[in-house]
Amino acid sequence: MSQFQLYGMTGVALFGLGMYAVIAHAHLIRKILAINFMGSGIFLVLGAVARRASEGMPDPVPHAMVLTGIVVAVSATAFSLSLTRRIHTETGRSSLPRDGGT
Amino acid sequence: MMKLDNPSSWFSLPRFLVFLLTLLLTFALGMTLFSLPPAPFQLLDTIHRSLPHSGVTNPVTAVLLNFRAYDTLLEIGVLLVAVFGIRAFPEAFQEHSPSLPAPSEVLLALVRLLVPLMVLIAGYLLWAGSHAPGGAFQAGAVLGAGAVLILLAGLPLSKWFHGWWFRAALILGFMLFLGVGFWAMAMEGHFLEYPRDRAEDLILLIEAALTVSIGCILATLFLGLPDAAPVKDAANEKS
Repeated sequence: MSQFQLYGMTGVALFGLGMYAVIAHAHLIRKILAINFMGSGIFLVLGAVARRASEGMPDPVPHAMVLTGIVVAVSATAFSLSLTRRIHTETGRSSLPRDGGT
Repeated sequence: MMKLDNPSSWFSLPRFLVFLLTLLLTFALGMTLFSLPPAPFQLLDTIHRSLPHSGVTNPVTAVLLNFRAYDTLLEIGVLLVAVFGIRAFPEAFQEHSPSLPAPSEVLLALVRLLVPLMVLIAGYLLWAGSHAPGGAFQAGAVLGAGAVLILLAGLPLSKWFHGWWFRAALILGFMLFLGVGFWAMAMEGHFLEYPRDRAEDLILLIEAALTVSIGCILATLFLGLPDAAPVKDAANEKS
């Protein structure tokens, strides 16, 4: 197994773990953490793709995409955390309501 | 569906189905990764051919600030949208603003030692971005971390968050980037297509503005819009 495949598979596994947690957990903080897991998996895959050819320079385009992605992930996380906080202030809960309210 | 929240009955049919489906998806993604063709595109060669004209020698910075400058412009736009969103409901922060304990002497001494160093490192990272790993986002992250350190030490930085110049600093990077983009359009005919002999200066100018903006934005994202009243009290006590 090459370095690319090892890092790539780790990234895919992180993505899968995060995806399961996003769907399975109702608590909003867990969902936000899980989305960050998925994001980290994608960044790891992109980093692995950049080094696919084992010799020569790594590809700078996936590196730039990871940098952009990290910043977007940070801002999305901050915004969703503040939304969660607002939901908690309004309803006293940190989970999504069940089917059709209450 | 209520069972999903109940730790005592962690096994349920919907949850098991979700588990199976995500497992399948993960395997499908893994198979895709293994079956990728070795090197399908010539992007690397194109970048290395165009690198001498980009104004910088670090290929990642060249991609971020020149070849794919659109992405970076929209990225700072996304950061700004998040800040606007957070600033849009300040009342959420007034009820639950955590009151920090009084800062210890050790923390204050650490802040006095580290924050000037962090500003220096941010400046270095900004400058290094043109030829080595580094650049506006790394430098902005270090600046933002410095601001977070100051806030955690309880120093009265957060009163600045309401000032007009702090708001100006938030949008400085985006507006300057946009302005340079339109200026380049007037000069060269395409949006964000820098004149080749000016590219180096323009990239440094944009990166400097981005560093300041990203530092301020990250500090805002960390703090939200602070509770105005206690901060004023703290400021009066200190001054």
